[in-house]
Amino acid sequence: MNENIEQDLQKQLRKEAIRRNWNLFRQSKLGMIGLYIVIFFLFLALLQPFLFITGIWNKGVYDPVVGYEAIKDTLLVVECPKEYPTEKYESMKDCPGPGELNVKRLYLAPGVEVGDYYETFIQPAPPSSRHLLGTDSLGRDVFSQIMEGSQVAFVLGLLSATLGVGISTILGTIAAFFGGRVDAYLMRQSDLILMLPSLPLLFIISAFAELKVWHLAIVLGVLGGLGGSVITIKSQALQVKVKPFVDSARITGGSRWRIMFSHVLPNVAPLALLFMVFSVTGAIASESVLSFLGLLNIDMSWGIMIYLSQTDGFIFSGLEFWWLILPAGLAVTLLAGGFYLVGRGLDDVFNPRLRKR
Amino acid sequence: MKKNVIEVKNLEKYYEVSGGFFSRNKDIVKAVDDISFEIPFGESLGLVGQSGCGKTTTARALCLLDPKTGGDVKFYNNETENMQNIDNLEDEELKKFRRNIQMIFQDPYESLNPRWTIKDIILEPLNIHNIGDLQDREEAVVEILKTVGLTPASNYLPRYPHELSGGQRQRVSIARTLIMKPKFVVCDEPTSMLDVSIRISIMDLMLNLAKDLEVSYLYITHDLAVARYMCNRIAVMFNGKIVEIAETEELLNNPIHPYTKRLISSIPVPDPSYDRKVYDVNYDELDAIIAKHGTDNPMVDIGNEHYISTHDVKGLI
Repeated sequence: MNENIEQDLQKQLRKEAIRRNWNLFRQSKLGMIGLYIVIFFLFLALLQPFLFITGIWNKGVYDPVVGYEAIKDTLLVVECPKEYPTEKYESMKDCPGPGELNVKRLYLAPGVEVGDYYETFIQPAPPSSRHLLGTDSLGRDVFSQIMEGSQVAFVLGLLSATLGVGISTILGTIAAFFGGRVDAYLMRQSDLILMLPSLPLLFIISAFAELKVWHLAIVLGVLGGLGGSVITIKSQALQVKVKPFVDSARITGGSRWRIMFSHVLPNVAPLALLFMVFSVTGAIASESVLSFLGLLNIDMSWGIMIYLSQTDGFIFSGLEFWWLILPAGLAVTLLAGGFYLVGRGLDDVFNPRLRKR
Repeated sequence: MKKNVIEVKNLEKYYEVSGGFFSRNKDIVKAVDDISFEIPFGESLGLVGQSGCGKTTTARALCLLDPKTGGDVKFYNNETENMQNIDNLEDEELKKFRRNIQMIFQDPYESLNPRWTIKDIILEPLNIHNIGDLQDREEAVVEILKTVGLTPASNYLPRYPHELSGGQRQRVSIARTLIMKPKFVVCDEPTSMLDVSIRISIMDLMLNLAKDLEVSYLYITHDLAVARYMCNRIAVMFNGKIVEIAETEELLNNPIHPYTKRLISSIPVPDPSYDRKVYDVNYDELDAIIAKHGTDNPMVDIGNEHYISTHDVKGLI
């Protein structure tokens, strides 16, 4: 009987605590905007497998890597004049006009004369009802690529952030607790890693090893986990270490490990979670930069999409082929920013000094 | 002959303060300097003095929180029924010592882990010492919560410290302290952070528990009125030394040392018409005692188990 009351109360109190923290988070507008962005991309990431499984999307057409569909179009073959302006064209830019094709581009198709109609495939094709964000230069669906890219971003970001924060929390607590040489070693190590420029380091790593999503997550996680966050976590652990409840556990005879893991770690955890959310941002950004530079062995990601549009020569063509660059670039910016904003919102919850009364 | 639960002899805690990285000068701060006292079973000693006089440092050294730099602390050993030095205790013996000594802290807001439930907080000592099975432990927790007046226990067990008031938290600290049935509890100003209205109920609770469980207290406070309420004997501390130690009433009615006199004079009396004795700082009496007994002994007995320090305090008070 008593036990039931206790459990009921426990449930009720837990619900209350969650509601209280949620209300605190909700008050932060930035945090809510971030949360909506993250939920949106999470929805995209989960939508793609759903569409494939239910058969709404055909894998042959919509697969982000090997799918193919070309839009057929019939064009009038014209010959562009050598001097401008002419009656039809004001400058070189206007030839060929819409629905026209320069005959010079048809040297591989002999027998086609000026004035004929020529059937061709449009690649990259602009957005249409079949392909919401058009297709890329290989005829693959851009929207599907964006979805695939958000899966990669979530896996990479969360994995590397969890790994990194796990490492830095444990090392920071150990540094605070053992002090002396252990502390000095760990602090110098994180100074060193803070000092290393991380992108050039990643170039070197990618030169020696094949970087897939998992590898990159581990590398980014370890680099982040050994870097500056150890110092911050250590300072927090030092603050907790001198609290009377730690003394109280020491008097009772609690071992060092017990105090570290059951007293100090839970009190450092909120800060660590905050770090985790912020470091997702860094991981997503690093991935796009590395992919853009062609240093990763990943089938598809937002960085790869920008990389492909650059190597195919579309990145400098203004906004004519906007669906090749803008969606991927915006996705990177939005999701990285979204995680950052969520972190800002969580900051209000975890950091009582920032709370508005 | 009374049995002592703890005997402290010539306890010292010095800190080295260096003048900076490039400086060779090293000052020594004598936070606790050559103090001795003993506490018999079931009695409590008040340690009174101004801020920074070394009260808390003494407490932390007794609880082995900070290493002392000199002197002996002997603790009663249940099995051998002898006093045992607490230096260099082996693992098993250290565990036994830990069972018998506990500390209640000043700030009830900081002395309970904010991420643990009340149940976990009170269970911790039993878990560390592996006493009884799970059911025994839970029963013990419910029992001790009843003892400290937090009923019904099921209402408090799943709560977190921040959901309780200051007085309730201090009751939880006391419950946690007493669940191991220690022989000796160091109380570091346990009521100074509480409202005056809560204070007396906490002090009564501690006195009742002391009677029921035969606990001895070392009660640290800067408030002589609290010390008078709680303690059988009072030691007055000044500048790291005990300057006067006597039975509570003897000390308050017949203070000898100029510092004790100052301290007693400074107690506010809530009755404006009451004409209380105001002591001047006067070294003559102290000088006379020092002259009579000589300065060889750090503490001299002037009868009635009333001890005075012969240490020169001129110009310090």
